[in-house]
Amino acid sequence: MIAYIMCFILFLVGLYGVITRRNLVKIAVSLSIMEISIFLLFALIGYVDGGVAPIVDPADPVKTYVDPLPQAMVLTAIVIGLATTAMLMTIIIRLYRKYGTFDIREIKNLRG
Amino acid sequence: MKGMTLIVKKTTQLIAGMIFMYGIYIIVHGHLTPGGGFAGGVIIAGSLILVTLAYGGDFLKLVKEEAGTTIVESISILMVIMIATAGFLFGIHIFFSNFLPKGVVGQLISAGVLPLYNIFVGTEVAASIFIIFLSLIIFKEESPQ
Amino acid sequence: MNPLLPFFVITPLAGAFLIMIIGRFVSDFNKYFTSLILLFLACISFYFLFTTGENIYVYKVGGWEPVNKVPIGIYMVMDGFTAIIVCIINLIGFLSAFYSISYIKRYTAENYFYALFCLMIAGMNGVVISGDLFNIFVFLEISVISSYALVAFGVEKNELEASFKYQVLGALASFLILIGIGLIYWKAKTLNIADIKTAFSNGYDKTYYLFVQIVILSGFGLKAAIIPFHAWLPDAHSSAPSPISAMLSGVLIKAVGIYVIIRLFFNMFIISESMSILITTLGTLSMVIGVFLAIGQWDIKRLLAYHSISQMGYVVLSVGIGMILVSRGIKPEVAALAITGGIFHLINHAAFKGLLFLNAGAIEYTIGTRDLKEMGGLAKDMPATSATSFVASMSISGIPPFNGFFSKLVIIIAAVMARFYLLAVLAVIVSIITLASFLKFQRYAFYNKSDIKRDKIKEVPFPMVFSMVILSIICLMLSLLIIPEIRETILTPAINILTDPLKYSSTIIGQ
Repeated sequence: MIAYIMCFILFLVGLYGVITRRNLVKIAVSLSIMEISIFLLFALIGYVDGGVAPIVDPADPVKTYVDPLPQAMVLTAIVIGLATTAMLMTIIIRLYRKYGTFDIREIKNLRG
Repeated sequence: MKGMTLIVKKTTQLIAGMIFMYGIYIIVHGHLTPGGGFAGGVIIAGSLILVTLAYGGDFLKLVKEEAGTTIVESISILMVIMIATAGFLFGIHIFFSNFLPKGVVGQLISAGVLPLYNIFVGTEVAASIFIIFLSLIIFKEESPQ
Repeated sequence: MNPLLPFFVITPLAGAFLIMIIGRFVSDFNKYFTSLILLFLACISFYFLFTTGENIYVYKVGGWEPVNKVPIGIYMVMDGFTAIIVCIINLIGFLSAFYSISYIKRYTAENYFYALFCLMIAGMNGVVISGDLFNIFVFLEISVISSYALVAFGVEKNELEASFKYQVLGALASFLILIGIGLIYWKAKTLNIADIKTAFSNGYDKTYYLFVQIVILSGFGLKAAIIPFHAWLPDAHSSAPSPISAMLSGVLIKAVGIYVIIRLFFNMFIISESMSILITTLGTLSMVIGVFLAIGQWDIKRLLAYHSISQMGYVVLSVGIGMILVSRGIKPEVAALAITGGIFHLINHAAFKGLLFLNAGAIEYTIGTRDLKEMGGLAKDMPATSATSFVASMSISGIPPFNGFFSKLVIIIAAVMARFYLLAVLAVIVSIITLASFLKFQRYAFYNKSDIKRDKIKEVPFPMVFSMVILSIICLMLSLLIIPEIRETILTPAINILTDPLKYSSTIIGQ
């Protein structure tokens, strides 16, 4: 149970960062923290007590394995997260070149 | 971009090849052990990035390298799609079907087309992570100081 | 198994990477190849639209047959509702790609533009035809990541800022969706939509179920820009290049937002009254607040973007009325009518909002501004743009005989028959305000005398005119969907699949 609560706390830490930070790079880092907390949740969902890594051993096929599907999903989600973070960083670098600052309060051309 | 000192260059010479080989090992054993295309590809990209950082390279060389890597990346994805389409042409006429003989569980050459997918996904991931790195470097090089 | 189904994903995906290779060496390959791919996809989606009917085609990728009636592989599903959305995606996609042939000359890096465009189409097609939750998430990310890049394609201050906002909120939406998928998998131990329905109908924990529904609704609601999740939409849709705005506003928010909400809440969850009232409330709020935010806008594309929120409100509202009636189990024919109205309006909105954004692009292409105050007197010099935008404006504000009138009429009649008189009155009032807003657009853009001296302006090139004229003809043709015979072949199968609670899951599990 404590693990699930830690997951949730990590998620809230990320959310707090996204809402309160003014620095673009710190917002991106906070988003990554949120993402990691969800990956941890997935790993917990697939956990089976006493299970081993889900690789079939030809010598001893009957073993308790952890659920492999959430692990596959987490791997896919990590790849997607990599793409999102790279994209976000590219935009941040471009923004820095245009505005000369990382401060989100000074980047406000669009409103209304 | 300038290269680094002699010590870094020598050490890189010693270990970059080993990292590269380790990545290939992870990729080809993808259907037997944890890892596979993505993990191995990231390791290979790490060795490429290490070499680029240690030895540096002028702007034009980096741009040329990026163009080449883009083509490698696109070709690997097209190969994945082609293997999927090959599943449509042979065997039971379904996309992504495993039309090659499966072999014995636990051997290196087994599991039908899965090792092929792993190899091409590995090249694709290595190329795309290297492209991300290169484009960020190029962006930094061309920016006015 | 229908062998054509995977082509919806495979062709644009392969096309994107072929463009990246061949486009480097052969100039002009990219633009014609993209249009060709999308024309092909539009043809096969029309084939599916007219042949699917009441059937449900299932494609098991990799040939993984179910074990003990439990699906284990990845399923692609084509039914009446899917066929309609696929048709919208590929048709509007083809017209936007054809329009881009002359529009996108202003930008460098055309290869990247067309490659990203193909990726976006592949992602949207994948979302719509995939039959399990996790693939919906993967394809959704493919389409939205390419749309992040496309919004920032101009790399000026506004575009970058809009893209940053869009990405942060889009990432939050993705996290919510991912949490929702994880929570569903935890209890149901499966990802297939039909199988989840069977797993949940064997009994479930009420509070947990409600929590999952709210997480999923807020995730996809952020993607669909339902108020209060709308903050990113006006910036993102107005900053993108115009063909992309047409795709984002006309198709993307429907394919990855509204479509998934409707599909999941009708075919995966068991409809509960509290959730359907919540959805109806959100729809009403979007409809009313969206149009009030739109009134004060002077930038054409921002005005159109706010109207997108409002018109999506109509769709959500009317589908929500249908959900309330289905959950109460009363008046099934009125529920069917309400859902018909919603889906009809969704189709119409794709046509006229796509057309309006293409018009805005044509105006921007010729005179280089998006500010309504700096325009005027364009009707004389740009007859095709003026005429098509008149058709689109009348459609969106619900003037007969254009398509928007009929769908709004169906929605209002359904609301009255379901005894939601307040919602019917609100729908009429919002429609009138929409009319006022678009009369302003027409007057300032095309008919007013302009104070600003400018050089002699010409009509836009042929590909742009072609796309706009075809879309305006579609706007008129869609009115025909009100005729019962045509409605029964196209709309009724979609309604049946949604209102019948067991048909979807039992057919897919049975195959």
